[in-house]
Amino acid sequence: MTNDIRSKSMDPACQEMLRACEKSGLETAWDRLEKQQPQCGFGELGVCCRNCNMGPCRIDPFGEGASEGVCGATADIIVARNLLRSIAAGAAAHSDHGRDVAHAFKLIVEGKAPSYGIKDQEKLDRLMKEYGVDSPALLAAAILAEFGKQDGPIQFTRRVPPQRLELWKKLGIDPRGVDREIVECMHRTHIGVDNDYVNLILHGLRTSISDGWGGSMIATELQDVIFGTPKPIFSEANMGVLDPEKVNIIVHGHEPLLSEMIVAAASDPEMIELARNEGAKGINLAGICCTANEALMRQGVPIAGNFLSQELIMATGAVEAMVVDVQCIMPALGPLASCFHTKLISTSPKAKFPGAVHMEFHEDTAQETAKEIVRTAVKNFRNRDPSKVQIPDIKTQCMAGFSVEAIVSALGGSLDPLIEAIKNGSIRGIGAVVGCNNPKITQDFGHIGMVRELIKNNVLVLTTGCNAQACAKAGLLQPEAAEKAGEGLKAVCQALGVPPVLHMGSCVDISRILVAAAALANALGVDISDLPAAGAAPEWMSEKAVSIGAYVVSSGVFTVLGTIPPVLGSKAVADLLTSGAKDVVGACFAVEPDPVKAAGLMIEHIDSQRRKLGLA
Amino acid sequence: MIAMEENKEIFVRLERCMGCRSCEMACAIEHSDSKNLYTAIAEKPVPVRLLYVEKAEGRNVPMICRHCEDAPCVAVCRTGALVQNSLTGVVERIEENCMGCWMCAMICPYGVVGRKTGVRMAVKCDRCKDRDIPACVQACPTGALVYATQREFMEMMRKEAAARIAREARALARA
Repeated sequence: MTNDIRSKSMDPACQEMLRACEKSGLETAWDRLEKQQPQCGFGELGVCCRNCNMGPCRIDPFGEGASEGVCGATADIIVARNLLRSIAAGAAAHSDHGRDVAHAFKLIVEGKAPSYGIKDQEKLDRLMKEYGVDSPALLAAAILAEFGKQDGPIQFTRRVPPQRLELWKKLGIDPRGVDREIVECMHRTHIGVDNDYVNLILHGLRTSISDGWGGSMIATELQDVIFGTPKPIFSEANMGVLDPEKVNIIVHGHEPLLSEMIVAAASDPEMIELARNEGAKGINLAGICCTANEALMRQGVPIAGNFLSQELIMATGAVEAMVVDVQCIMPALGPLASCFHTKLISTSPKAKFPGAVHMEFHEDTAQETAKEIVRTAVKNFRNRDPSKVQIPDIKTQCMAGFSVEAIVSALGGSLDPLIEAIKNGSIRGIGAVVGCNNPKITQDFGHIGMVRELIKNNVLVLTTGCNAQACAKAGLLQPEAAEKAGEGLKAVCQALGVPPVLHMGSCVDISRILVAAAALANALGVDISDLPAAGAAPEWMSEKAVSIGAYVVSSGVFTVLGTIPPVLGSKAVADLLTSGAKDVVGACFAVEPDPVKAAGLMIEHIDSQRRKLGLA
Repeated sequence: MIAMEENKEIFVRLERCMGCRSCEMACAIEHSDSKNLYTAIAEKPVPVRLLYVEKAEGRNVPMICRHCEDAPCVAVCRTGALVQNSLTGVVERIEENCMGCWMCAMICPYGVVGRKTGVRMAVKCDRCKDRDIPACVQACPTGALVYATQREFMEMMRKEAAARIAREARALARA
C-alpha cells in the first residue's frame, strides 16, 4: 500500500491524506483513473471523430479496418481536427478569463464596480501609451475590441521581436482577433471544411498566439492594473497552512476578480469578530490552483495545494468553505463535500456544480457577495466535526511574486545583469516549466524531477501554475534552494537573494514569461527562437495546456511534454509537431515522460542554442 | 481430452457490447512485439487482432474463438500447427508448423481464423497465454466480455435473471 501511495503523489501531505481517504473509503481522481483503465486506444491516438452524425468514426491504427471516416477523413485529418478543437477550447478558456478582466476594468473605469480600483497607475499609463490612447475609458474600449477584431492586429503581439512578427506574417498566422480565431477553429473542423492537416495546424498556431499574446496577456496586464503588479513576497505552501482553530476558507479556480474580494472580506473586522463569536480564533484563507497563485503573488495568501490536492484538502475535514469560480475544479468536489460539513460555493454564472451552493458573483456587487460568502463560511465553523479533522502538519516557506517588473527591479533596473550572466555562462539558459498535475504521473514528481535537474545544471527556471505550486511545496521557491543549484546559478541567486526557481504567477501569467523572452531577445537583437531557452509541461492534462504548448512553440521555444498528446495516430501530424515545425516556426515539441531525461533534452537544446549564439 | 470444469472461458454478454472495438485494439497490442500502443502501431509486420466485433441484425457481436471441444480446426490441421491443450482446452498454435493451407479457416464455424500480416500463415486467439486475464476482457469497458468458468458465468447470469424476476414480481404485486 505504501508503495502504491508513493506512486500516486510525492507530496507527503497528499500521501498522508491519500492514506486517510483510503481508510475512510473516499474516492479520489487516482481511484477514478484506475477505474478508467484501460483507456480507449482510439482516444489516446486521437483517431476518433465525433464531429458529425454520419459518425462516430474511428481509424484502425493497425491498418486492417477502416482507414477513413465516412466523409473520407484520414487519420491525419482527424488527428489535426481534434488537435485544433483542443487548442480552441484552451484558448477560449484563457481568453474568456481575459475578457472578464477587461470587462471588469471597463466597469471600474466607468465607476460601475465600486468594489475595485486601480492599484498600478504606472502600468495603466504604460498600457495607454502602448495603445496610443489618452484615457482609461479608451484603453478599456480598445482592449475589449481585441476580442471582436476582424483584421487585427492584436496590440500585444507587437511586443515580439520584429523577426518573429515577420515570420508570423509570412506564415499567415498573425492573429486577426481573439474570438475570430477560436470561432474559425470550430468552423474549419466542421464536416467538410478544412481537410489539410498542415493548414489546420497552422490555424491552431494562429489561435494559440491569440491566447498567449492576446487573451492571456490581457488578463495578466489588466489584473496587474486593477490589483497591483506582483512584487517579491514570502508565504507558505501545503496543507499545513490550514489552521485547526480558525475558519478555513479555500479559494479555488482561476480569476482574481473573486479571490481578491474574498481576501478583503476575510480581513474585515466585522467578519473576524463574527468568527470569534462562532468559537473560532479567526479566519484563515488559502488557495488551490491559479486562484492561489494570483492571491499568493499579490497578497501573500498561502497555497494549500495544486490541482491534484483539491480533493485531499477537502478531505482534511477542516475546510468551512471551498469557494470556486472557473477552470480545473473537479465536479467530484460536490459529492465529497457532502461527506463533511464543507460548503462548496460556486460563484460564476458559467460554472455550476452538483452539490454546490451557488452564490453568484458580479462586479457591481462583488464586495457584498464576498462578505456573504465569508459569513456563510464562518457560520459553518460550528458544524465542523473534530473527529473528522486531519490536517497534515506539513508546510514549506516560499518566495513568489516575480513579475517581469519585479525581476527587472531585482536586477537593478535592467535585464543586463541577467544577459551578462547568460553570456558568461554562470546561467546556462532559461527553462520555463509550467502546467498541470495529471494522475498518470506521480503528483509533482514530473515537475520536481525536472526542475531539480535543470537548476543543478545552472538553468534558471521560470515557473507558473501547478508547477510553481509543486516547487513551492518542495521548497524550491526559497532563496536557500540556491544551494541545490549549480555553482553559477547559485552564485547569481545568492547575490540577488532570490530562489533559482522564479514563481511568475498563474497560467495566464505564462504571458509574463513571453514578455520576458521577447525582452531578452530584443536586448540581444535576436529572435526568441535563438535564445538559450526551453519550455516544458511535465504533467499537463488540460486543453489550456495544449493552447499554451502551441503558443510557446509558435513563439519559438522548444517545448517538452511529459504526457503523450493524442496525436500519435497520425504519423504526419506527429512528425510535423516533433520535427517539421522547427523549419516553420523555429521550434518544435518533444515528448518525454521521464522528467530527468526531459530536462536533459532541454539542456541539450540550450547548449546547442548557446553554440549558435557563439557563447561558450 | 478432459475439459476441466474449472477451466475459464471468454463469455459474451451481447446486450452490453457498445461496439467500441477496445477489445480488438487490446488484442492487437497484446499480440505485438512491444505490447505498447504507441510503438505497436509502427511495428512491421503490423500486429493483427484475433477477435472481431461484427454488426449483425442490428446488434454488435464480438466474435471470438470458442476453443471448441474436439475443435474442428485442430481435427483438419494436417501439419500439427493447431493443437488443443489437454489441460486447459485452449487451441494453441505452433507457428513453425503452419503451411497456410487454410483448412482451419474453411472449417471454423465462427470465421475467427485470421492471417498474419504479409505471410501465408493462420493466426487465432491463444487466450493470451502470457496473461491471467485475456487482454480483450480486461479492455472491455462495459463487462460485455466475461472471463469465468461456465459455472461461474451461469451463476452470474442466473442471479441477474433472478433479480429481474423478483423486481417484476414485486411490481406486479404492487399493481
